[in-house]
Amino acid sequence: MIEAVGLTKRYGAKTAVDDLSFQVRPGAVTGFLGPNGSGKSTTMRMILGLDRPTAGHVTIGGHPYRDLPNAPRQVGALLDAKGVHGGRTARNHLLSLAQLAGIPAARVDEVLGVVGLRDVAKRRSSGFSLGMGQRLGIAAALLGDPQVLLFDEPVNGLDPEGIHWVRNLMKSLAAEGRTVFVSSHLMSEMALTADHLIVIGRGRLLSDMSVTDFISANSADFARVRVPDDGPEGREKLTASLIEAGGRVMSEPGGALRVTGLPLPRISDLAHGCDVRLWELSPHQASLEEAYMRLTQGLVDYRSTDDAKAGLAEPPPQDPYASLLGAGGLAAPPEPVEVPQDGWYAPPPPVPGQGPGPRSGPSPAPADEPSSAAPAEEQTSKDLR
Amino acid sequence: MASVPAVLTSEWTKIRSVSSTVWTLFAAFAVTVVMGAALSALLNATFDDLSETEQATFDPTFVSFSGTVLGQLAMVVFGVLVVGTEYSSGMIRTSLAAVPQRATFLLSKITVAGVLAFVVGLLTSFVSFFLSQAMLGDRGTDIGAENVLRAVVGGGLYMGLIAIFSMGVAAMLRSSMLSLGILMPFFFLVSQILSAVPGAKNVARYFPDQAGSKIMQVVPEAMGSDPSPYGPWAGLGIMVLWVLAAVLGGFLVLKKRDA
Repeated sequence: MIEAVGLTKRYGAKTAVDDLSFQVRPGAVTGFLGPNGSGKSTTMRMILGLDRPTAGHVTIGGHPYRDLPNAPRQVGALLDAKGVHGGRTARNHLLSLAQLAGIPAARVDEVLGVVGLRDVAKRRSSGFSLGMGQRLGIAAALLGDPQVLLFDEPVNGLDPEGIHWVRNLMKSLAAEGRTVFVSSHLMSEMALTADHLIVIGRGRLLSDMSVTDFISANSADFARVRVPDDGPEGREKLTASLIEAGGRVMSEPGGALRVTGLPLPRISDLAHGCDVRLWELSPHQASLEEAYMRLTQGLVDYRSTDDAKAGLAEPPPQDPYASLLGAGGLAAPPEPVEVPQDGWYAPPPPVPGQGPGPRSGPSPAPADEPSSAAPAEEQTSKDLR
Repeated sequence: MASVPAVLTSEWTKIRSVSSTVWTLFAAFAVTVVMGAALSALLNATFDDLSETEQATFDPTFVSFSGTVLGQLAMVVFGVLVVGTEYSSGMIRTSLAAVPQRATFLLSKITVAGVLAFVVGLLTSFVSFFLSQAMLGDRGTDIGAENVLRAVVGGGLYMGLIAIFSMGVAAMLRSSMLSLGILMPFFFLVSQILSAVPGAKNVARYFPDQAGSKIMQVVPEAMGSDPSPYGPWAGLGIMVLWVLAAVLGGFLVLKKRDA
């Protein structure tokens, strides 16, 4: 059991971890998710007593890490795969760690076998690939047969077989009643491994709940509505009607409409009411990845910008459409908002009687929602940044 | 609580399992012995060219440790690498996660590496002494002569202390490159130059290497050096104070700073 209370870490003016409180319980794999730079590794280091918290505290089984009796037998950790003296062989590296905790040398050969490094045990670790380094780090974590295990990004650099192996390893460790705390920035990976999720962004707790709850609380189920492509009138009429009824409508690249906030039967009724036929009305559930992206979209520190290649590329040929628009012949027809290809996800619909969970972070909706008064307002993904 | 014998065993495994240990210690041995023997042979051949004061205060024991000036640099590298590679490789986080008690960790590391450096230093010292005396021929001295054994054992102590001082500095600076960049020029140039500059030498004689090397002299004011306000053991004591300060500084940094 790992327990953090009001954990805070500041580096000068930058707050890496901000008043973080959570519990990691035994018998389950707890995923620790957050974008790059959100404070996952700092939190891990504080749990291990490597960094001192500016405020708050974190304990393992009731003790601060630095006070744990024989820590290696109670807690195993993989922090970074390259945290090994490159001139030392894999076996000697593990042997030096084993001797610290009075673990017999035979156990070293055992874990080398478990992580599949037996053949390279006598090789210097400087020649190891990232994946082999990860395996060596996992071996070090398993060495003392500890009840509490921490893994910081364990699948980085592993091949698919290795990823599969790590996944099963985590699950079996948890099934044995151990506390398993795994950080990752890959939601898809956590969806397959974790039972419980702790999500942070910019050092703050965004969510602390089971994976199932996380999906239902954060998924924006939407309906895809397709109308006959015999003219824009039907589409516009339906859009206006749906918005009037309180739904949110976005247009998908293929011409279909993405409707949130309205149950399917209601959409059907509205379509019937304004005399529009439907070619498709289908329910869709957002993936866990989407739910996660939505939760953290306002809190991503390192976001890429478009590579304009200014001064590097030839000026592009004149945009034919620009001249067309310049002629002034076409006034942009009222259109629902385009669904951006990526980088932005709709906020979850308000669920009556059920809060969105312990989300103390700022509202993850930086962009204007299509206001009901002006659904025609043209938005591009650039505006949404 | 990780037990002290366990941490000592582990540190011994760490030290013996990297090749830099062998190379730096071998270099310290070889450079000191070869250079000491060569200078002894040279001084023996050119004895008549020495000034009168130098002839009067000729110290065959001290001469046999002439190689220490260069050999100690290899000891510095050994000491710095023992601590510094923990930081440069990131191993420090694994180590401290395994031994959360900072004092146990650092002191065990320094004990193991310090004892090893002392043993190698002692070996170096004796081999250097006997080889150089052979080179000096009639002008040489004997291990049984007054204070000679003290100087020879002192030579080993000096080497060990230089290594421990370097470990303390590396623990304070948390970087091999930075530590070497400061210690190498200091021991090789700054200390040597300042000790020859009038005025500055009053300060420089309290530097760890200047003070500590007095233990290797048998004849007072050996080879025409200036009289010093302290004796051989007091000189070594001054060096020990430097070493303690460096280790304490290293410990405080390890305890206070995030790994």
